[in-house]
Amino acid sequence: MAEGLSLRLEAARPIPLDLSLEAAPGELLALVGPSGAGKTTVLRCIAGLHRAAAGRIACGGEIWFDSASGRDIPPHRRRAGLVFQDYALFPHMTAAANVAAAMGHLPPARRTARLRELFALVHLSGLEHRRPAELSGGQQQRVAVARALARDPAVLLLDEPFSAVDRATRRKLQAELAALRRGLSIPILLVTHDLEEAVALADRIAVLHRGRGLQTDRPAALLAKPANAEVARLLDLRNLFRGRVEAQEAGRTLLRWGGRLLEAAPAPAFPPGAEVDWLVPGHAVLLHRRDRPSGGERENPVPAIVRNLLALGEEARVTLDVGDPDGGTLALSLPLHAARRNGLAPGEACTVSLLAEAIHLMPRSGG
Amino acid sequence: MDWTAFRLSVELGLWTLALLLPVSIWLGRVLAFRRFPGRGFLEAAVALPLVLPPTVLGFYLLSAFGAGAPLGAAWQALFGQGLAFSFSGLLLASVIANLPFAVQPIRNGFAAIPPPVREAAAVSGLPPWRVFARIELPLAWPGIATAAVLTFAHTLGEFGVVLMVGGAIPGETQTVAIAIYDRVQAFDDRSAAIMSAVLLGVSVVALGLANTLSRRVGRQRRDG
Repeated sequence: MAEGLSLRLEAARPIPLDLSLEAAPGELLALVGPSGAGKTTVLRCIAGLHRAAAGRIACGGEIWFDSASGRDIPPHRRRAGLVFQDYALFPHMTAAANVAAAMGHLPPARRTARLRELFALVHLSGLEHRRPAELSGGQQQRVAVARALARDPAVLLLDEPFSAVDRATRRKLQAELAALRRGLSIPILLVTHDLEEAVALADRIAVLHRGRGLQTDRPAALLAKPANAEVARLLDLRNLFRGRVEAQEAGRTLLRWGGRLLEAAPAPAFPPGAEVDWLVPGHAVLLHRRDRPSGGERENPVPAIVRNLLALGEEARVTLDVGDPDGGTLALSLPLHAARRNGLAPGEACTVSLLAEAIHLMPRSGG
Repeated sequence: MDWTAFRLSVELGLWTLALLLPVSIWLGRVLAFRRFPGRGFLEAAVALPLVLPPTVLGFYLLSAFGAGAPLGAAWQALFGQGLAFSFSGLLLASVIANLPFAVQPIRNGFAAIPPPVREAAAVSGLPPWRVFARIELPLAWPGIATAAVLTFAHTLGEFGVVLMVGGAIPGETQTVAIAIYDRVQAFDDRSAAIMSAVLLGVSVVALGLANTLSRRVGRQRRDG
């Protein structure tokens, strides 16, 4: 990983940090977590704007920070492109001058051509001579991205780059970033508190909480198999319950959930009797059709009472009472017409199946 | 109209600016950006000439300028003449008396720059001196211009300190403000009226300029 980014940061104060991250060239790594998780601080450490008590940051084959040897390269000599949350454009300069300001490493003769290239890349051609105050939020963000790329960085750091624009602009900018990154062979770190955004854009997601790196994985793997209940809660995953491993049989794990026995995905790491947290994604909760029972319904059938039904456009979000001993509810989404056809309404009884393959067991954590 | 006194006042104003502005830009920037022990004390010290009666400030300066005091003795040894009742002494007094008028607007000018903008400059690869020249100075410029206008106008009108440390030696330390006082004492009301009108005009223009420039600082802050 000599050409990518690898870092290890530790600090107790003023902002606690305890994490290791790696990002390969061309990889987009999203940092997600609640406010105060230290996401922005990680970016600031990489750019050299914040100094962790201990650790090491290597990027593009250079060591930028190493507390063991006392090495700490100042920000202007680290090839890091940072897009600030509120863009931090130079208000007294035109868009072109903002971008050109980051081209100090290029011979003057090459700057004009590079400037044209960058403005085309971020779809801003023609607006070079506007000042930041004369640009829309989305246009300002594009100038900030162009400025960050102008110094030919070894890593691109994006700090909540879509938070200051309206929804429609955000979608557009996200699509632009997805297209832009295909041409970049440097690691990209995206800080966001929007999990959907991270899932849509990132190759891998690192979950941070109070400065600790809890888990780093591909989005699908993270959503289906969080390391523990804390990660699941930070990702706002639904259908998180507690149970006990009843038995390990040939190729399957039996799970005791209150008065029920469920078949779960094989999890041989947990011995019989182990207390666990477990999770079943909403898409693995199947509603039994009242008119026409089918074969899959023999899998972990659970009788339920509809507690709540929320119609969101074409989709219905249903909350079910399933007799969870901890009082938890089961959530699933289904097309509104399917909910109607099956007569789902608050207070109505129904039966669902929990697909065994999707039931994910995690070691019991506190709380 | 006492043109000698008027010229002396303008010279004093320009010299004060030349010496005070670099010092104030450095000091104002330090007060705006740095956190260090004794910062509050330094801020109070800079503001002191604002609240001190001019005669009190003049008295202490005069004492320091005397041949018996370290500053006065050192100056005498270096330049072969005393500081008290000389243009140099007057200039030094003017620089000190004008410190708050120059430092505070400049400090506000620097403080109005959003911290991420300075950080963005460093992350864009600009070394510290280029961040200062290309980002900080232009953005703090309205504050610096306001400081210059205020300092110049205030120097032209300063009376108490000038009288205390300079006396009223024509061509050496008699500024236009002192000349007005002398004319009135000599019952030459016509000269006093003309000179007063000129000073009034200069002050009004200076205040107008300072107001315009400080409004520009405010607008920039809202945009930023």
